[in-house]
Amino acid sequence: MAPLLDVDSLAVTLPGPRGPLPILHDVSLTVDEGELVGIAGESGCGKSLTAQTLLGLLPAGAKVTGTARFAGTDLLGLDNNGWQRIRGAGIAMVFQDPTAALHPMLTVGRQLTEHMRVHLRLDRRSATRRAVELLDQVRIPDPERALRAYPHQFSGGMRQRAAIAIALAARPRLLIADEPTTALDVTVQAGILALLDRLRAETGLAVAFITHDLGVLSALTTRGYVFYAGRVVETGPTGALLTAPTHPYTAALLGARPHGTQAVGTLRPIPGAPPAPGEAPPGCPFQPRCGYAEPACGTVPPPLAPVAADRSVACVVRPHLEVTAR
Amino acid sequence: MTTVHNGEPGAVTTTAPRPRRSHPLLAFLAKRLAITAGLLLGVTVVTFGLVNVVPGDPVTANLSDQALNDPATVAAFREKWGLDQPLWQQYLHYLGNLFRGDLGISQQTGRAVLDDLVRYVPATLELAIPTMVLALVIGTGIGMLAAVRNGRVTDQLVRVGALLGLSTPPFWLSLVVLYVFFYKLGLAPSGGRLSTGFSPPPTVTGMYTVDAALAGQWDVAWDAAQHLTLPVLVLTSLTVALLVRFVRSAMLEVLQQDYIRAAYAKGLPARVVLRRHLLRAGLVPVVTVSGLAFASLLSGTVLVESIFGWPGVGQYAYRSATALDLPAILGVSLFVALVYTLVNLTVDLLYGLIDPRIRLS
Repeated sequence: MAPLLDVDSLAVTLPGPRGPLPILHDVSLTVDEGELVGIAGESGCGKSLTAQTLLGLLPAGAKVTGTARFAGTDLLGLDNNGWQRIRGAGIAMVFQDPTAALHPMLTVGRQLTEHMRVHLRLDRRSATRRAVELLDQVRIPDPERALRAYPHQFSGGMRQRAAIAIALAARPRLLIADEPTTALDVTVQAGILALLDRLRAETGLAVAFITHDLGVLSALTTRGYVFYAGRVVETGPTGALLTAPTHPYTAALLGARPHGTQAVGTLRPIPGAPPAPGEAPPGCPFQPRCGYAEPACGTVPPPLAPVAADRSVACVVRPHLEVTAR
Repeated sequence: MTTVHNGEPGAVTTTAPRPRRSHPLLAFLAKRLAITAGLLLGVTVVTFGLVNVVPGDPVTANLSDQALNDPATVAAFREKWGLDQPLWQQYLHYLGNLFRGDLGISQQTGRAVLDDLVRYVPATLELAIPTMVLALVIGTGIGMLAAVRNGRVTDQLVRVGALLGLSTPPFWLSLVVLYVFFYKLGLAPSGGRLSTGFSPPPTVTGMYTVDAALAGQWDVAWDAAQHLTLPVLVLTSLTVALLVRFVRSAMLEVLQQDYIRAAYAKGLPARVVLRRHLLRAGLVPVVTVSGLAFASLLSGTVLVESIFGWPGVGQYAYRSATALDLPAILGVSLFVALVYTLVNLTVDLLYGLIDPRIRLS
């Protein structure tokens, strides 16, 4: 069966003050119906821009090449009307900071029903009924009253629940969640993650979960993509990515991540910083920060190549090291 | 109304739908009115002081040379207006009258200042109201358009246009408009409130167009409306130029917000996003500037009123000031102070209406 979302060789270039800036290079990824897929990487690695591309929300002047098919529709060929039909009803989005993503001067009810009425052609009363069900589904207490409330009357976690209900209102098949728990208290995060997983199980919703926290991936997703400097550097089942990372960047990310009772001294920060767009070195973008770098890394960016049945890595050195080590 | 931040999950975070909402509003209004009263009192002190320290003598300003040469006339004038008393006594006397609603008699017109204001303020209102309505609609429209088309040709044109509008002297624009529409095209009358041959309609509001319409005198209403066109055109273009810049920058800031991207991401048509999401959020700063613009229109636009022979507050203030007509100056100052405080109060109330986060607590 064809995947619900099939992105192939996607490249995005944004206009910059000194000429075009390439942001995404050769990004390929798929999301199946009802699947929770993780997209991980440091800030500025192109995760969010991928999401914007898939919703047609790129700034004016952006150049996009490659293909992105969603449920048989060629997204990149859509006109304004086509995008309007896809957004909300096909692909919906949950933003990082619910406080910023909810309109402060419109009631939650209004924000829940307005696109429902456009996409599902509901009258006011049925839209309100569905809104109450949705708020109930995301576990917001007293939904009738919540409909009349403004976002600032909610706590942070409740706002994100409301934002998720809004995203789901027009029955999308794919939800892109862009770091939906980053702006929330740690105690609230788990609730939001559990909610997303439950919605996936109950409604067959596919979720692309964007995060910089690899730990979140392990708890939630089946497959993951690791982004670095606008490229996918490694992909595979989440468990394997986390327990046996192949790309040096994935390994370094895991090494830099505090967990459990680990002493601070044993954390290994990655030296250097990711290259700014347009300033990536020739060859592998991670090469200047990589402990495994060889002369071969400095010529062309390594393509994403399969190393196992369901795993691909964009590295010319490490996969071979491991093979020979075995 | 308070924001309750409760822990997750299951906490009831919405607050009760304000059962007795009028109470905080009344308290707020009472407080604001008290402040207004204090402010007006301050205005009387300052104006009274200023008018009395400026070089110039109401006597020389108001009496003819011949009368000035007659000490008896001068003394009589001084006594009549209380100018022979010490300043603090003059002030207390004035204040006492003020509390009885007596603003004094204008030395220029010989009428009660209050009567003068009742006569001149509606004329200014008749200019200010249509100007403000037109300027708000046009200014918000153009400003939003420029913001949405940020950086493109439309935006550049709007910005240059607004700059030109702002740097155009009002009197110059008035003269150009008169030359084109009155002299060359003959489309509109040159000035005044009514053509000769028409008499003012029975006074209800003091605004001729409204009063004439109320009295069913449609020919008078139409003539009065024609007389409004040119001054309103001039004032509107100047106010639009001012508003456009504010609207544009306010809307640009809102356009950066996540909630606008979120509105697009929901698949809402652009016109809904702009009208419902962008306009609402961009209005708050616009309301502030519009309030100030409206207050300044109400305080009279001296140059425009003079050129178009419009008997409004601006002209009255100008003539009183040049004649050192103390009661009239004080009356106009009080009126202007009142206008600004009332406009500010309205602006504050509008904030709460637009943005629930700053609703009165």
